[in-house]
Amino acid sequence: MLEVTGLHVAYGGIQAVRSITFHVNEGEMVALIGANGAGKTSTLKAVSRVINAVGGDVHFCGEKISHIAPHDVIRKGIALVPEGRGVFPRLSVAENLRMGAFVRDDKAAIEQDLLGVFEYFPRLKEREAQLAGTLSGGEQQMLAIGRALMSRPKMLLLDEPSMGLAPIMVQKIFEVIRKVAADGMTILLIEQNAKLALESSQRAYVMESGEITLNGDSARLLDDPKVRAAYLGE
Amino acid sequence: MDIFLQQIINGLVQGSIYALVALGYTMVYGIMGLINFAHGEVVMIGTLVTITVAGTLIKAGMPVALAALAGLTVSVLSCMALGWSLERIAYRPLRNAPRLTPLITAIGMSIVLQNLAMIVWGRNYMTFPPLLPKINFEFAGAHFTLIQVIIVLISGATMAGLLFLIYRTKLGMAMRATSQNPAVASLMGVNINRVIAAAFVIGSALGAVAGVMVGTYYEIAHYQMGFMLGLKAFTAAVLGGIGNLAGAMLGGVLLGIIEALGAGYIGDLTGGFLGSHYQDIFAFIVLIVVLMFKPSGLFGEKTGDRA
Ligand SMILES: Nc1ncnc2c1ncn2[C@@H]1O[C@H](COP(=O)(O)OP(=O)(O)OP(=O)(O)O)[C@@H](O)[C@H]1O
Ligand SMILES: [Mg+2]
Repeated sequence: MLEVTGLHVAYGGIQAVRSITFHVNEGEMVALIGANGAGKTSTLKAVSRVINAVGGDVHFCGEKISHIAPHDVIRKGIALVPEGRGVFPRLSVAENLRMGAFVRDDKAAIEQDLLGVFEYFPRLKEREAQLAGTLSGGEQQMLAIGRALMSRPKMLLLDEPSMGLAPIMVQKIFEVIRKVAADGMTILLIEQNAKLALESSQRAYVMESGEITLNGDSARLLDDPKVRAAYLGE
Repeated sequence: MDIFLQQIINGLVQGSIYALVALGYTMVYGIMGLINFAHGEVVMIGTLVTITVAGTLIKAGMPVALAALAGLTVSVLSCMALGWSLERIAYRPLRNAPRLTPLITAIGMSIVLQNLAMIVWGRNYMTFPPLLPKINFEFAGAHFTLIQVIIVLISGATMAGLLFLIYRTKLGMAMRATSQNPAVASLMGVNINRVIAAAFVIGSALGAVAGVMVGTYYEIAHYQMGFMLGLKAFTAAVLGGIGNLAGAMLGGVLLGIIEALGAGYIGDLTGGFLGSHYQDIFAFIVLIVVLMFKPSGLFGEKTGDRA
């Protein structure tokens, strides 16, 4: 479904991503793990056109999308949940969710999907009228995921949904992510929490200083001594 | 006591004009952090276009009411086109430039527009055609005119329309989202360029309405009139908290009333040393005091909504 070939990202002289190639099949949850500064966020930003790649191609559902305008990416069916959540702090929870459906015109179906999001995250229902900026970090993460779902995407890109959250909240969020995946969503998950990411996904890529150094079945990577040493603290 | 009520009424009228102009500053600032110093000139062009259109039509024998409507319509449309062009030509190429660059460009555009207006309309004061009949009212010893009533009503209706647009429509929601986080708004599918252009176009339309009202109120216009009006409206926007819509409205009305009361009492206060034509100093005292003690304005940045 998503095919990334030779993607290269640089900030001035800093080579953040060095010609990486990976793919995500329809219905799969694929993890991209790596240490701080490995280039994971840069990869997602380039795929979602927030930044321009220096080189490489991105194809989605067979269509080349590496040149389209940033605001058209979501129209192709890709929704990004950005690092740090990026909720609109002075919009209400409901308005944030409606912003997720900005590209849609089917009013009745939007209302239905709103209920669907509240089913995944009952907490958001309770906070519906509250300004998003007053939510806790975990609730903001729920909102960011819910907002992305509101566009009815074909694929979700998640950038470190566990960042800065208490373990119990991380559990809750990942429960929902697995549920969304089980409901058929294709997901590319970026995580520093390698254990969690490998346990949740089918396949994974390991990124180091801008390059993919390992890839394979998540279950196999969980047992890989190199991965255990570098990312699972053993 | 009569003078008090009288000056409150005068201040409210002047203030609702400031409020409309202040909204133009605050919308653009809220969405892209730019103070569009050329906005006062957009208002001036709105006034002068009305003189030309309505004046010509009245001379050609068209009923005044129709001519007024035509003047207002052409003025609003011209200012919308002007605001759109300003953003497109002057500011968009500087979107990623250091903040000072677009600011200096804005001052440059204000000078360019003044000079263009001088070339088109000349350097003399022009009389504004009387678009409304002169009818006087009296209330508790204070006098006011039909023109004043209509100015307050039209400003109120225009502002209500703006609030509806910003808080009840999809475009408005996109504008608020963009002002809070443009990168994420773009991820949601919002075309940032269009939203920024919309802020300029809407702000300029409000400016045109204000321009027609200023002309009707003072019956006189000049290519430099946008400078002081713009500066005072900017003060009103800062007073309310720049970037904040309700702040611009309240700031405008407050500034109008402060100025009117100041003008009413300055003679008494200074023992006749300063006359009411010194009223302009009050706007700048307000500006300095706000900048010194509460630069975020009455509705400081964080609490309210920027759009
Ligand atoms: N805007 C930028 N300007 C310059 N360098 C940048 C910029 N953004 C990222 N970098 C650099 O690119 C490299 C990769 O950063 P990136 O954010 O993609 O890493 P990451 O894997 O997401 O890290 P983390 O796990 O900490 O989020 C880092 O060395 C970073 O310093
Ligand atoms: Mg990152």
